[in-house]
Amino acid sequence: MALSRTGRVARRLRRTGLQAIPSVLGIVIFNFLLLQLAPGDAADVIAGASGAATAETMAALRAQLGLDHSMLHQLGAYLWNLAHLRLGISAHFNMPVGVLILQRLPNTLLLMITALLLALTFGIAAGAVMATFAGRWADRLLSILALLFYSVPGFWAGLTLIIIFSVRLQWLPSDGFTTVGADLTGIAYARDLLAHLVMPAVSLSLFFLAIYARLTRAAMLEVARQDFVRTAEAKGLSAFTVTVRHILRNALVPVSTVAGLHIGMLMGGSIVTETVFGWPGLGSLAYEAVFARDFNLLLAIVLLSAIVVIIANVLIDLLHTWLDPRVEAI
Amino acid sequence: MRAYLSRRIFSAMAGSMLLVPPLVARADTPKRGGTLKFLVEPEPTSLVPIADTTGANVMISAKVTEGLFNYGLDFSLRPSLATGLQTSVDGKEMTFTLRQGVKWHDGQPFTSADVAFSIETLKKYHPRGKATFANVAEIRTPDDHTVVLVMSLPAPYLINALAGQESPIIPRHIYDGSNPLANPHNNAPIGTGPFVFKDWQRGNFILLERNPDYWDQPKPYLDRIIVRTIPDAAARSVALETGEVDIGGEYLVPLSDMGRLGSLPQLGIETQGYAYSPNVHRIEFNLDNPYFKNLPVRQAVAHAINKDILLRTVWYGFGVVTTGPIHPDVARFYTADVVKYAFEPSTAEKLLDEAGFRRGEDGVRFSVMHDPLPIGLMHMQTGEYIKQALGKVGIKVTLRSQDMAGYIKRVFTDRQFDFTNGAMTNGPDPTLGVQRFYWSKNFRPGVPFSNASHFSNPDVDRLLEAAQSEIDLHKRAEDFYGFQRIVVQELPDITPIAVKLFTIYNKKVKNHTLTADGIHCNLADVYIDS
Repeated sequence: MALSRTGRVARRLRRTGLQAIPSVLGIVIFNFLLLQLAPGDAADVIAGASGAATAETMAALRAQLGLDHSMLHQLGAYLWNLAHLRLGISAHFNMPVGVLILQRLPNTLLLMITALLLALTFGIAAGAVMATFAGRWADRLLSILALLFYSVPGFWAGLTLIIIFSVRLQWLPSDGFTTVGADLTGIAYARDLLAHLVMPAVSLSLFFLAIYARLTRAAMLEVARQDFVRTAEAKGLSAFTVTVRHILRNALVPVSTVAGLHIGMLMGGSIVTETVFGWPGLGSLAYEAVFARDFNLLLAIVLLSAIVVIIANVLIDLLHTWLDPRVEAI
Repeated sequence: MRAYLSRRIFSAMAGSMLLVPPLVARADTPKRGGTLKFLVEPEPTSLVPIADTTGANVMISAKVTEGLFNYGLDFSLRPSLATGLQTSVDGKEMTFTLRQGVKWHDGQPFTSADVAFSIETLKKYHPRGKATFANVAEIRTPDDHTVVLVMSLPAPYLINALAGQESPIIPRHIYDGSNPLANPHNNAPIGTGPFVFKDWQRGNFILLERNPDYWDQPKPYLDRIIVRTIPDAAARSVALETGEVDIGGEYLVPLSDMGRLGSLPQLGIETQGYAYSPNVHRIEFNLDNPYFKNLPVRQAVAHAINKDILLRTVWYGFGVVTTGPIHPDVARFYTADVVKYAFEPSTAEKLLDEAGFRRGEDGVRFSVMHDPLPIGLMHMQTGEYIKQALGKVGIKVTLRSQDMAGYIKRVFTDRQFDFTNGAMTNGPDPTLGVQRFYWSKNFRPGVPFSNASHFSNPDVDRLLEAAQSEIDLHKRAEDFYGFQRIVVQELPDITPIAVKLFTIYNKKVKNHTLTADGIHCNLADVYIDS
């Protein structure tokens, strides 16, 4: 049983991998063509930021960046490089794209995963409380909070947190990833990182937290009316066991489905959060890449994001089979 | 060293160059040690401004990579890698004496070959270098510590362009034989400066450490400089307020925050240190536009705009109302003796009526689009004011915004614009920073920051070209006076505000502004008073 299950997981992963190739290729080509519609190129941006240019320096820049070739030639060259796992050189940062992205990816994953875990933990807990006490004051209060978190824009939440905790109370640093130049190690480093992580992770998670709370509440109320719940109650199980093992567990299927879809949204949302908090992640990198017309970099980030989303979807499928044995995900 | 200096620095151009002692720290004796947290925005794209002179690159570069000279607050020449300069009477031969015993950060000796190589590279790749070194016909290096520039024509502006931020001296042994645009050391510079490059974590920080072997002992005083970037404007203000960063300058925080930040006891504001490259705000017309090609229409626009309101509301007083394209801080070449356009909407209406652009039934004479330069808030807000002010005299203005790449393409390549507003940098000399916008031979579609208005005036061309090679300072000033008079008369652009850029700093940071380029300079003198 165990062996065949592992075999099925492997088969599933292989199939997903094969399906991913054409999707990723399509994403790359589509984005490449889309980016061509943006007016101006990286040489224009460099000249614009430099505040000066001559015809010769523009030509030298375009030759250096490979922008002096036709669009199809550039696309062909890009795909050829990609096939050899070369992501090219960033025009804006003037360094290999692969190095640049690998520096930032762990930061963004840390922020995303922390935010997702925060949102899921507190969202599901709040949802469970709301469903259990549906219609009573605890439900009402949490509903108002959820509505508030849902409607507050991420950057506003971020700035408000900064004003409260950095400017007024001076408890948390307003910006960055770790204290630069502090040369911390071990526990001190982890604590420093955590202090920097709290506010961005919280402000990124609020919106999703609200969604999961509402969703958990609705799903639990729905499940609570099902026959098997009545059976469980009739068996004489305690109210807590029924709520957690029978109602909540079944309610988690829609929540986890939505959470899986949200991985992509989290990556998008991290652009704003990373900008507000100066968090050196992929989101702020993508933001800069757009304005710099740094297509090598932007395409690589899009590619990576697509891969992250594909992986997340596979993980969610696997999670579903665990939550609900009836689901034949493999 | 001082005595050596005063013997060696002299000039054949009488009066144009003064002997000055090295920079003297103000008041207290500097203290050794400490870390300076320097805020820039946006993050630099390279640390050696050879081809990419983005503001942030230029601001950080000179801490590591120095130039031949520094410039005092009064623009007087101060020795750096060069200790002396002799210019022949005809201005066609410039002999630089280089400092001895200077080493690159990798231990190699600094020699005249490095200077010759740097000038050749800048002439080829630097966006202003081609103009700066245009007349350099030959570079001779008779010995390791002498460089002779042989000029085809005198280049009186060249002497002003040798600061580290404008003309960095790079190590030949690192760059020779490679494409300087792709050299990895642009991101990990090796210079001769007071600070050694240590680390750059993109999106996070740049770490520079004290150079213990710096040629100007006991400087530098700081142990290290940490360069930070904070992408969000509000977060930048907060970081200055909470002391998370110590110093920064130029367009760093929204001007609307300056009232609050300026009132904080721990922060100071310094408006000196920007004369090396002062900014003038301009509203530039496309002279190929069917409306703006008429001088009376441009005059009407000039009369319809209240410069005082712009200064007060858009610039929060960080500037002065000015008269023409040369910044008043460039005192040697500025003249106020030009035509003035008083704020008189009635005159504007009269001019428009006479030009044949009468109000239609809806009160509108004609409609145009306005494209503000997409940097900071000031240009968009200026656009909003222009829309309002011109609306009152019957010109309907629609604002259009785009990002930098889109703006450059629209204005300079496609020329699909009616009029625009943005700040221009005067550069270290009007020949380098101002001429490019008004010289008819620099009408070159496709080249950013060229003559976008398509202004063409033979007298202006003649005066600008004369000023390029005039070695008599007074005659050169007369050329620029004449240039300003014609430009303000002909109005290819309106120049309402001479911008006052500023440094915002924590008051414990001392000696940050001793030169005309302030915190753009090498910061060797900076110390932290705890």
